[in-house]
Amino acid sequence: MSQRETDVSKLLARLAKVISVIVAWALPATAFAQEAGDPVTGQPTDGAIGFQPSVTTIMDATAAFHDGLLMPIITIIVIFVTALLIWVMVRYNAKANPKPARFTHNTAIEIAWTVIPILILIVIAIPSFGVLSDQMTTPDGERTYLGSSIFSREGGEKVPAAEITITATGVQWSWTYTYNDLDEATYDSYMLSEEDIAALKPGQPKLLAVDNELVVPVNTTVRMLVTATDVIHAFAVPAFGIKTDAVPGRINETWFNVRKEGMYYGQCSELCGKDHAFMPIAVRVVSKEEYKAWSEKLKAEDDVEAANLTLASLN
Amino acid sequence: MATATADHDAHANPTGWKRYVYSTNHKDIGTMYLIFAIVAGIIGGALSGFMRWELAEPGIQVFPGLASMVYGHEWQSAAALDAGKHMYNVFTTAHGLIMVFFVVMPALIGGYSNWFVPLMIGAPDMAFPRMNNISFWLLPPAFILLLMSMFFEGPPGGMGTGGGWTVYPPLSTSGQPGPAMDFAILSLHIAGASSILGAINFITTIFNMRAPGMTMHKMPLFPWAILVTAFLLLLSLPVLAGAITMLLTDRNFGTSFFSPDGGGDPILFQHLFWFFGHPEVYIMILPGFGIVSHIVSTFSKKPIFGYLAMVYAMVAIGFVGFIVWAHHMYTTGISLDTQRYFVFATMVIAVPTGVKIFSWIATMWGGSLSFRPPMQWAIGFIFLFTVGGVTGVVLANAGADRSLHDTYYVVAHFHYVLSLGAVFSIFAAWYYWYPKMFGHMYSETLATVHFWVMFIGVNLIFFPQHFLGLNGMPRRYIDYPEAFAWWNQVSSWGYVVTLVAVIIFLITIVEAVMKKRPAGDNPWGEGATTLEWTLPSPPPFHQFETLPKIK
Repeated sequence: MSQRETDVSKLLARLAKVISVIVAWALPATAFAQEAGDPVTGQPTDGAIGFQPSVTTIMDATAAFHDGLLMPIITIIVIFVTALLIWVMVRYNAKANPKPARFTHNTAIEIAWTVIPILILIVIAIPSFGVLSDQMTTPDGERTYLGSSIFSREGGEKVPAAEITITATGVQWSWTYTYNDLDEATYDSYMLSEEDIAALKPGQPKLLAVDNELVVPVNTTVRMLVTATDVIHAFAVPAFGIKTDAVPGRINETWFNVRKEGMYYGQCSELCGKDHAFMPIAVRVVSKEEYKAWSEKLKAEDDVEAANLTLASLN
Repeated sequence: MATATADHDAHANPTGWKRYVYSTNHKDIGTMYLIFAIVAGIIGGALSGFMRWELAEPGIQVFPGLASMVYGHEWQSAAALDAGKHMYNVFTTAHGLIMVFFVVMPALIGGYSNWFVPLMIGAPDMAFPRMNNISFWLLPPAFILLLMSMFFEGPPGGMGTGGGWTVYPPLSTSGQPGPAMDFAILSLHIAGASSILGAINFITTIFNMRAPGMTMHKMPLFPWAILVTAFLLLLSLPVLAGAITMLLTDRNFGTSFFSPDGGGDPILFQHLFWFFGHPEVYIMILPGFGIVSHIVSTFSKKPIFGYLAMVYAMVAIGFVGFIVWAHHMYTTGISLDTQRYFVFATMVIAVPTGVKIFSWIATMWGGSLSFRPPMQWAIGFIFLFTVGGVTGVVLANAGADRSLHDTYYVVAHFHYVLSLGAVFSIFAAWYYWYPKMFGHMYSETLATVHFWVMFIGVNLIFFPQHFLGLNGMPRRYIDYPEAFAWWNQVSSWGYVVTLVAVIIFLITIVEAVMKKRPAGDNPWGEGATTLEWTLPSPPPFHQFETLPKIK
């Protein structure tokens, strides 16, 4: 390879590394600019680069753990390694350093690059276990939950014990919701086609809107029992921070307590066949009063359409 | 010094088609594996091209028409739409299986390891040359079986098997009663057998056939990487074989290992699969680690920093890789304590991996670096594997994985470590060893252009997928809510750029073959210190008939 070709490719190598570092910083800024146009709660936002906004203590903790601890750590690591690579390419290329050194050891640095990563991993692990335990422990009314302050349980809040239990059963290709406390009132939840959205639920997002939503009261702990009848599915709502596999022959338990009324969407999260992308989860979080009226109607008549008529937000 | 004569009095070397079909020569077999991997890579890459085309915009535009063309459904009918949706899952499945079993493993283990492990340890060939032959020739039939599966029924109304490369039951048992899944199972059995036999061959060769004076601790890092890889293959593939045999009997012989109706458990399959599946991903990356060590040392004109630490980091990664499998299963309903253990064990692997990254940089530190094509790919590997590795640390934490499991964040993570890790190491090795294998040199300008276009292309495909996953886009989806449109569009444009890179790669090969610039024994200079560079390019049909003596 000619000297000129070597020079050009070296220059390009250096340039690309510099650009990649700049882009790594700039890219989030551009997305923030897009997000400044009001990210919608409960559904994805075009051009977004992060989690959907959180409406539960659990998702607060997940977001704090990822955005506040993991992201800075991994960004620094990547920038550090990139900087080392750029330095090495600039300082020790053949032109700058024609005579190579021969060293193959440096005990101090070898200890440093073993011990420091271990310390970083410990710093990650401490809140990690806390965040995990909170997700996997259904509240009893006494336990404190971390929320955004993931390093200390003192700043946390108690979450009331579960008041409502709902079973979500995944089938190919829809969800069936059974309200265990309402005499097992049961109904199916199917994705709405584009035409049906326009007719029945204008304004709701395509591929996320359903005919009969999961209705739950705000500020109430809901225990979800998740299962399936045919193949494995998964029940997920990103804004709540939950995802639980729906496995035939098995009941998996998760829980959520939503602090804000509104519509929240999720999608089936385990490959289940041709319509895997077309069996969404839609949760309508209503006021406690609305839920009282809705649930009494559902329990009395086992007719979700009649119950839905009681909801002001739907009508 | 090795002798250059190739006399072998007992029989004449085979010629024509018999040279390859009956081959017992590790170099010829290695070349066949490499050609096979390139062909399979083009097919596997074409499948993902259709997928990225479909995902370029919200809505379903491509697959129903494709299903009509291939399977004859009425154009734009409901049957075509259903067939198209299933076909997307079939493509997802085939893309994964092909890239894992018919591209990355054949290239790194069948191709480069067969070629260079014997040469680097001063051996005349592998320990079992005839078994080497069957290891290769099992692969084309296995591949054909997988391709054939796409033309048999899977679920009712759909052709081919669409359960993802992970083939979880019940979707892969009761969910797909047609023969397509059985073809895929048979394909995997045969490919697995091929690799197990290869592993036996490499372990025996490395333990028993090193030249006099080459103790284990004098052996170069690439054979060390292959030794660890071979043990992973030997111990993990039989578990896959057991798991898919249980699928086969559940499907065809009335067992209910994974069927709750008969007292079975779908989660059992996941444990068995991932007990294989996690070591499998280390099988795909460890040879790359070995390759990068050789290239970085050569083009820094400096010995690798911390040889023993590099060896035992690979051994540690291989060992710990066997006890972390359930980090793929955090959302399945395993207990809190189980999740805690797997979080801890998975994070442990970051330490030896970090040691390797820093050791490669320390090798370059104080060296005299030249940035010829192999080194471009190797440095690209170091940077991009670091990015993929840190997203792995994120996913290791079950608390974060709760939100990221089965989203595009996972897809981004594993493509960074595979397409931008393992594949970059494959190209690095290609440009490093090409003159040795084929005796002529390629255009370094074309190779440099290939690198840059590929670098830009694959980063454009996969970096935005982190954003999609964080914002909630699930994986294995043929269509998505409109809010995911922008980054999907960017990602699909990245595919176009990558396609151009692959075309440049093929042009580089054609140009090199046409120009036939002779390559000497050692085009890379004083930094290339391992035994293959003492031989002519290409090496004689038989080398080291007199064993070299290692000081």
